[in-house]
Amino acid sequence: MTRTAPPEADPTPQEPAPAVALHTGTSDVRQLITRNLRTSGIYVAFAAIVVLFAIITDGLSLSPGNITNIVLQYSYILVLAIGMVLVIIAGHIDLSVGSVVALTGAVSAILVIKNDYPWWVGVLAALAVGLAVGAWHGFWVAYVGIPAFIVTLAGMLLFRGMTQQVLGNVSLSPFPAEYSKVASGFLNGLIGGDGYDAFTLLIGVIAVGGYAFSGFRTRLARIKYQQPVESFPLFVARVVAVGAVVMYFAWQLAHARGLPIVLIILAVLILAYGVISKRSVFGRQIYAIGGNLAAAQLSGVKVKVVNFWIFVNMGFLSAVAGIIYSSRSNGSQPSAGNMFELDAIAAAFIGGAAVTGGVGTVVGAMVGGLIMAVMSNGMQLMGVEQPIQSVIKGLVLLLAVAFDVYNKRRAGASR
Amino acid sequence: MGDNILEMRSITKTFPGVKALQDVNLNVRRGEIHAICGENGAGKSTLMKVLSGVYPAGDYDGEIVFDGSPVHFGGIRDSEHVGIVIIHQELALVPYLSIAENLFLGNERRGRTGLIDWNLANADAAKLLASVGLHENPVTPVGQLGVGKQQLVEIAKALSKDVRLLILDEPTAALNDTDSEHLLGLLRKLKERGITSIMISHKLNEITAISDNVTVIRDGKTVETLNLHAGEVTQERIIRGMVGRDLESFYPDRVSSPGEEVMRVEDWTVWHPTQDRKVVEDASFTVRAGEVVGIAGLMGAGRTELAMSIFGRSYGRNISGRVFIRGSEVQARTVSEAIGHGIAYATEDRKRYGLNLIEDIRRNVSAAGLKKLARRGWVNGNEETKVAEESRRSMNIKAPSVMSVVGKLSGGNQQKVVLSKWLFTDPDVLILDEPTRGIDVGAKYEIYTIINRLVDAGKAVVVISSELPELLGICDRIYTLSAGRITGQLPVREATQERLMELMTKERELVG
Repeated sequence: MTRTAPPEADPTPQEPAPAVALHTGTSDVRQLITRNLRTSGIYVAFAAIVVLFAIITDGLSLSPGNITNIVLQYSYILVLAIGMVLVIIAGHIDLSVGSVVALTGAVSAILVIKNDYPWWVGVLAALAVGLAVGAWHGFWVAYVGIPAFIVTLAGMLLFRGMTQQVLGNVSLSPFPAEYSKVASGFLNGLIGGDGYDAFTLLIGVIAVGGYAFSGFRTRLARIKYQQPVESFPLFVARVVAVGAVVMYFAWQLAHARGLPIVLIILAVLILAYGVISKRSVFGRQIYAIGGNLAAAQLSGVKVKVVNFWIFVNMGFLSAVAGIIYSSRSNGSQPSAGNMFELDAIAAAFIGGAAVTGGVGTVVGAMVGGLIMAVMSNGMQLMGVEQPIQSVIKGLVLLLAVAFDVYNKRRAGASR
Repeated sequence: MGDNILEMRSITKTFPGVKALQDVNLNVRRGEIHAICGENGAGKSTLMKVLSGVYPAGDYDGEIVFDGSPVHFGGIRDSEHVGIVIIHQELALVPYLSIAENLFLGNERRGRTGLIDWNLANADAAKLLASVGLHENPVTPVGQLGVGKQQLVEIAKALSKDVRLLILDEPTAALNDTDSEHLLGLLRKLKERGITSIMISHKLNEITAISDNVTVIRDGKTVETLNLHAGEVTQERIIRGMVGRDLESFYPDRVSSPGEEVMRVEDWTVWHPTQDRKVVEDASFTVRAGEVVGIAGLMGAGRTELAMSIFGRSYGRNISGRVFIRGSEVQARTVSEAIGHGIAYATEDRKRYGLNLIEDIRRNVSAAGLKKLARRGWVNGNEETKVAEESRRSMNIKAPSVMSVVGKLSGGNQQKVVLSKWLFTDPDVLILDEPTRGIDVGAKYEIYTIINRLVDAGKAVVVISSELPELLGICDRIYTLSAGRITGQLPVREATQERLMELMTKERELVG
């Protein structure tokens, strides 16, 4: 129906009832889009930003060299964002990750550079330190019950100070070549190729094939359980679209320096944590705690245990980021990782995580991080000054969360 | 018509996909107490939100005439400006501020300097409190008052704004009998002072006791307005209007055949988590398979505390006593241990303690039994959907799909989701704390039917309820709890409301 005429002349200028309000039986696609408006909005925004900078920079931003560069330059932020989004979903925050990146890098540098231990000792030590720091935070948050904001604010000061102390406030460099390979190495030339790296393309093909295969299996399982699935052409279209993007990406990499090792690390982490957050009992309990702590507790979720491991995990990923960062900067500096926490938090929120907890996805955080990365990189290519970049990034974060809040208010008003 | 303070004419309000109100008419006479009743989701709250400007003019179709002239509210402030004040189900007071500070929040009593004159504020507050019959010091923080007294503070706040039309959304839902009676008495007094009230309520006895007219809303439409002074308007008559059919029996029949003892609690004592007093003392009770056992008690008697402390020590400290399941003593120190021993507890406050409101039905149903859906820590999402789908069907949860967000369901459907969650853990004993609070008549009947189905299947059910007729209607046996002690137990055929009330108010006496 359109709108019932009011019995008497209506003195206020009235908008017609919103048209969307009136359809009840939505078509499949439409329902799909509206249901995923918030997440799909992110993808659309990301695509728009990529295209925008490609046009402004005359295609330079999509050149093989630059794409490789983005991957290398922002990988550690993305690693941090994976852990951060889980922390945020559970309703916490972690302000210390920048300091932990510095501390783990410093420990590794001292062992490998100063004391000539092999590179893998540095890596293992950094991971151990990260886990210990995570356990420290987890203990105070989960078992003592101090808000994570305070605990990690203290941690930020504490671990920054420790970094400066162990480094004697001077930088250490350089790492041996093996260590540097983590962040700056490439896998290429393994199966040849002429002017491009065939191995990189092969990995791309395997990735797309895996995506299609797992998508198809999920689809079959859903059909077996008699659940609605997208129509087959739509499914194929989705696989083709994703495949095209991945292959374009692989193609560009193949024409630069091949497959960055750090990209492999990142892909494994994203895949693993994507599945953990969605399909594991632990992941589900993170969402349950963030959605309603008391209800989760009364449903038998061991809230303290889950919170503890969320922070241990954050410490672990901070160490991974610390290794990548120290490897990339080929050394350890007392001020390393400064403000990384803010980039990671911003990535999670731009990616659709809710300030109140209970909402957010790993993939969303990755896209949020990439939006920041592409923007920073694009502005650098354009020669925009650092202060202006900062202003623009700040506004993007604000608008992204404002969009989220606005959406929620609309959803809330519908009852 | 000249004597109507409020006329709402053919109000229509649509939300995406739903028509919440359709051609609703409401006429309220000056100086009356007008009740609005209807099932949950019938549109009562939506109608009041339209009236108070929560949904601003333009968001709905139709016309509102207040005191003879058409009004178009852009927000709550506009409606308050003409003297319409709404008191929501969830009270809107700041717990850390004093009574006086809450009363004059946004309307502060300023002295000549422009700063707040606290002496004046507290003196004015004392006067307002006296007018609602609340004897409390105005500097007391609101958080220290019980719900009943907070409700009175809300009304005092409304009075401070020169209220002409007071809207109360389920004012007595969270109150005990004494507080309810006090509140209803106060409404009568306000009526004498010429203040018109609209009261949304599920409690039909209260409606028939104090209101002049009752408007029944069903499925977003006005069904009828009944004049309660015209006589012969019974509760059954109102129910008929609400559900559109006669409830031949309010409580479904059940053939009771209790079997073996499933749970026995002995000498259960619980201390208050922060204060130095016992909340539950030496409580002992049993429940058998296929039996519904009621626990009756006034507010503050320790009913919820008893249940929650048994359920994985979720309340209190220094808990002592023993719990036996099928004859052998069990330890239930955490919720997951309690669940493991086949105990389930459905909370009285489903929004705060029972549901993850931002998640869908599926995730909520699986929340307590996730391990059953998982192998080596990995959840089978399809199996989960199947389980939720089965619950939706067997519990008759009214929602488009199991992917519907729970926060958007009506109270009755939310309660069914809570029950589904606990049934999925396959418990032997279900403790249901106020299972029908704040849900409508039709859904109540459905909940009773579900309880019957459970005991027929051999489960043991403990029902905690403030509504004595409900306990009498569905239980086999009823324990009474007073000030933390079990003061009696009666088989249902020997129990009457009077007899129970007597035991519930009995102090310091132990009855085996």
